[in-house]
Amino acid sequence: MSKLIVENLTRVFPGVKGRAPVTALQPTTLTIGDNDFVTILGPSGCGKSTLLRMIAGLDRPTAGTIRLDGRIITGPGPDRGMVFQSYTLFPWLTVEQNIAFGLSEKGMPESQQKEIVAAYVDKVGLRGFEHHWPKQLSGGMQQRTAIARALANDPAILLLDEPFGALDNQTRALMQELLLGIWEREKKTVLFVTHDIEEAIFIASRCLVMSARPGRIKADVPIDLPHPRHYTLKTSPEFSDFKARLTEEIRAEAVLAATH
Amino acid sequence: MRPLEPVSPGRKIALGISFFVLFFAGWGVATFGGFVPKIFLADPLTMITDGWKLLTQFGFLSDIGVTIWRVVGGFVLAALIAVPLGVLMGAYKPVEAFLEPFVSFARYLPASAFVPLLILWAGLGEAQKLLVIFIGSVFQIILMVAVVVGNTRRDLVEAAYTLGSGDGSVVRRVLIPMNAPEIAEILRLVLGWAWTYVIVAELIGSSSGIGHMIIDSQALMATGQIIFGIIVIGVIGLVSDYLFKLINARLFPWRLA
Repeated sequence: MSKLIVENLTRVFPGVKGRAPVTALQPTTLTIGDNDFVTILGPSGCGKSTLLRMIAGLDRPTAGTIRLDGRIITGPGPDRGMVFQSYTLFPWLTVEQNIAFGLSEKGMPESQQKEIVAAYVDKVGLRGFEHHWPKQLSGGMQQRTAIARALANDPAILLLDEPFGALDNQTRALMQELLLGIWEREKKTVLFVTHDIEEAIFIASRCLVMSARPGRIKADVPIDLPHPRHYTLKTSPEFSDFKARLTEEIRAEAVLAATH
Repeated sequence: MRPLEPVSPGRKIALGISFFVLFFAGWGVATFGGFVPKIFLADPLTMITDGWKLLTQFGFLSDIGVTIWRVVGGFVLAALIAVPLGVLMGAYKPVEAFLEPFVSFARYLPASAFVPLLILWAGLGEAQKLLVIFIGSVFQIILMVAVVVGNTRRDLVEAAYTLGSGDGSVVRRVLIPMNAPEIAEILRLVLGWAWTYVIVAELIGSSSGIGHMIIDSQALMATGQIIFGIIVIGVIGLVSDYLFKLINARLFPWRLA
């Protein structure tokens, strides 16, 4: 069943100071199935974040429509949880209060909030840090809290915009396993933007490769590696095959992006 | 000395105090050494005895009380109106477009120049003193708060929207708590300026307050008293600054964490 249907979605940024308008996203059509984990892989500036932001309702398409569970999206809402690349925890709230933010926005009674928050604190491994301020957390812990905050709201789809982009390699690998583990256990529809090929393969059930600007989807690769996935998968021959293929796809675009 | 290298707390206090010592020593040398005639500048000892006399015989404490009440009164009035307006201007761009040009203009109107007008309108009573401080503070606070709120990190606002916040909720649950420490800092700064306005207000047509004592002392050529009055204002400023910082640290522990 398709959860998210994007039709002819286009984004053109108007030219500033007499310059020509910039097409960030060419008319793009895609469908995301229920409980799919889809990664969008592309070189920087290819419009992958623009695509995600439009789905989140944070940016307006120039043309085209987005449907989630059949309803047309016109603005941001709690049905599309988002995790950003930058650290966006509310600095004046503790870990616990951050995770509860969306729940209290819904007007949920406090006792019920507490229960859900405690469950997510456990799921992302932050027991003992519930009363810390974001400033006291490492980057990885902050992003774990951000994931918990988005998931606690029980969104229909989880959107992630290079959430591990600012983390060091080791932390990033652990975060991938954490997110994948949550998905394997709970099944969620996930759309994950990244420029990291390994990441795009390891966590995904399907990978969309985007072209250099103006962006469009140039390849749609199902990642049929078995679940549950273990980090050793990254050194298996099957994984290497995917890596070789996607490297080939993305390299041409990276060259294009670099020379433009 | 290395650039940006921190100093130990003990040394920090010692260094801070030593400048005061140096300042009074320099003043002492200039006056006791006879380099400056007494009629222009009293020596530190005269200042202290004059100050003691003021406090014990001339009821200067009640003058200090009156001045503090005026500053706090005018300032609180200004803050009550300016902070909400500033938040609205920072949050809603049409409100900003509507008010910003006028407030920017009004900000440059010198509060002290309003004193004669305000005497005409409000007489010589307390209302006039409060109004001077109000006019001097309100536009500054509005503009500074609007700028701070307008510069709120966009990604935090976006995060709130994706968590289900509505427009009003973004103002209440993101813009205000995020900028509360900055707003408190603005209030601390402007309170310092309010002290300038109160003295100006008291120099003209007043029968009480620190400013009134200063203008009275001028007629008597009592420079010791004038300097004592000025120093009292400085000390009150220092104390209120310290209290403000203490309260801010209490109110916003997440900033220091």
